[in-house]
Amino acid sequence: MNNGTDKWDWGAVSDFMPHFWDGLLITLQVLALGSIISFSVGLLWALAFRAPTRFIRWPVGIITEFIRNTPLLVQLFFLFFVLPEWDIQFSAETTGTLAIGLHYSTYTAQVYRAGIEAVPVGQWEAAKALSLSYTRTWTAVILPQAIRRVVPALGNYVIAMLKDTPLLASIGVLELLQRSRLEAAQTFQYTEALTVVGVAFILIAYPSSLLLRALERRLVR
Amino acid sequence: MTAGLWEHWVLPGIWITIQLTIYSAALAAVVAFGIGMARTHRLRTVRFLAGFYTEVFRGTSSLVLMFWIFFVLPQLAGWALVPMWAAVLALGLSYGAYGAEIVRGALNAVTPAQREAGVALSFTPWQRMRLILLPQAVPEMIPPFSNLLIELLKGTALVSLLGIGDVSFAAYLVRLATTESAQIYSITLVIYFVIAFVLTRGMRALERKAKAGIGQRPEPGPGLVRRLGVRRTSKEVGPMGGGVSS
Repeated sequence: MNNGTDKWDWGAVSDFMPHFWDGLLITLQVLALGSIISFSVGLLWALAFRAPTRFIRWPVGIITEFIRNTPLLVQLFFLFFVLPEWDIQFSAETTGTLAIGLHYSTYTAQVYRAGIEAVPVGQWEAAKALSLSYTRTWTAVILPQAIRRVVPALGNYVIAMLKDTPLLASIGVLELLQRSRLEAAQTFQYTEALTVVGVAFILIAYPSSLLLRALERRLVR
Repeated sequence: MTAGLWEHWVLPGIWITIQLTIYSAALAAVVAFGIGMARTHRLRTVRFLAGFYTEVFRGTSSLVLMFWIFFVLPQLAGWALVPMWAAVLALGLSYGAYGAEIVRGALNAVTPAQREAGVALSFTPWQRMRLILLPQAVPEMIPPFSNLLIELLKGTALVSLLGIGDVSFAAYLVRLATTESAQIYSITLVIYFVIAFVLTRGMRALERKAKAGIGQRPEPGPGLVRRLGVRRTSKEVGPMGGGVSS
C-alpha cells in the first residue's frame, strides 16, 4: 500500500523471519499434539465401530459422520465460544489443538477401520482357536497388523492437518498465518510475509508427501 | 434468536454458501479435468507443468492462498477482485488441484488395452480421450469427487474470515447480537450437515446414472454409512489425504 510501486522488498522478509520461526514452532506444536489426539481418539472410534452392541456402533457412527461433514472452522468457533459458557476455560492454542485433533480423528477412524477390515478373517479365527481373550485378540493379533498398513495413510492426514493449522489464526493463536497478519498490520506490507508463509507450507508439505510415498512402498508390501 | 437475525443474516448466508459451493465446484471441475488430462499428456513438459501446478496448490494451505489472493494479488497485479470472486478463485484453484489427482488416477485406471485399441483404430489422442478413456473413467471419478465436494463445502466456511456474509459469518454476527454461542453454532453445524447430506444424495444419483451408462452398478457402502447416506469410504483414503492416492 505505502509502496505499491516496489513489488518485492527483501528487507521486509528479513524483518519477518524471527516472527516466522516463532510461528513455525507453534504450528508444529499444534500439529504434533493434534496428531497425537487424532491418532488416539480415531483408534477409539474405530474400535467402537466394531463394538459388539449397536447401542455403541450407531451413536458413534452418527457422531463421527457429523463431525466429518461439518467445517472445522465452525467447530473451532463452537469450542472457542461455547466451552467458556460451560465454565471450561482453555487457552486459544489448547482449544485449537483439541478442535483439529477431534476433527481429524474422524478421518483417522476411517483409516483404521479400513486397516482392520484388511486383516484376513483367518487371523480372527486363529485368535479364537487359541482362545485368546478379547483384549489380547485386539492388542496382539489384529492391531499390530492393521496399524502397519495404515501408517502412510495416517501420515497423509498429518499433512492435511498441517494445511488446516492456519485456521487457528481466526481465534488468535500465534501460528504462521497470524504472525504474518500481525507483521502486515504493523508494516502495511502484506506481500512479503504472506508469500513467505505460503511458500513455507509448500516447502514442508511437498517433501513430506514424497517421504510418505517412499514409506508406503516399504510398508504396504 | 429473533426472526430479524434469521431473515437478514442466516438465510442469505445459506444462499451465499450454496452459491460459493456451486461456483467454486464449477471452477474446480474445469481445473481438475484440464490439469488431470494434461498429466497424462505425451509431452514431458506438459506433464511436468501440470504436476508442478498440482504440487504447489495442494502443498499450500487454502486459507493462506485465499488471503494471498485477497491481500497480495491486488498489490502485485494492480487490480483487485470482488471478495466473492477472490474466494471462488482460491477455492476453485486449490480444490481443482485435488480433483486433478482424481482425474489422473481414474484415467490411469482404464485398462491399457483400451488405449491400445484406440491407437490400432488410428484415433487421434483427443478422440481417444473423448471417445474411449473419459466415458470409462468418469463414472469411477464420481465417488471421490463426491467426497471432494463435501470438503469444498466445508472449505467455503473459510470465506467468513474475509468478511463475506456466508453462514459462518452470519453465525458470528448472531453470536455477537444474542450472546448465545451454543445455540447459533449448533444450528450452523446442522445447516452444513444438511447441505452435505443433500449434495451426497445428488452425487449418489449421478453415480448410479453414470455407471448404468457403462453397464455397472455402484457398490453399496458399509452398514450405517449406507443407512445415513452420508459419505462413502473406500479402501483407499480420501483425496484430501495429501499425496499418495494413486
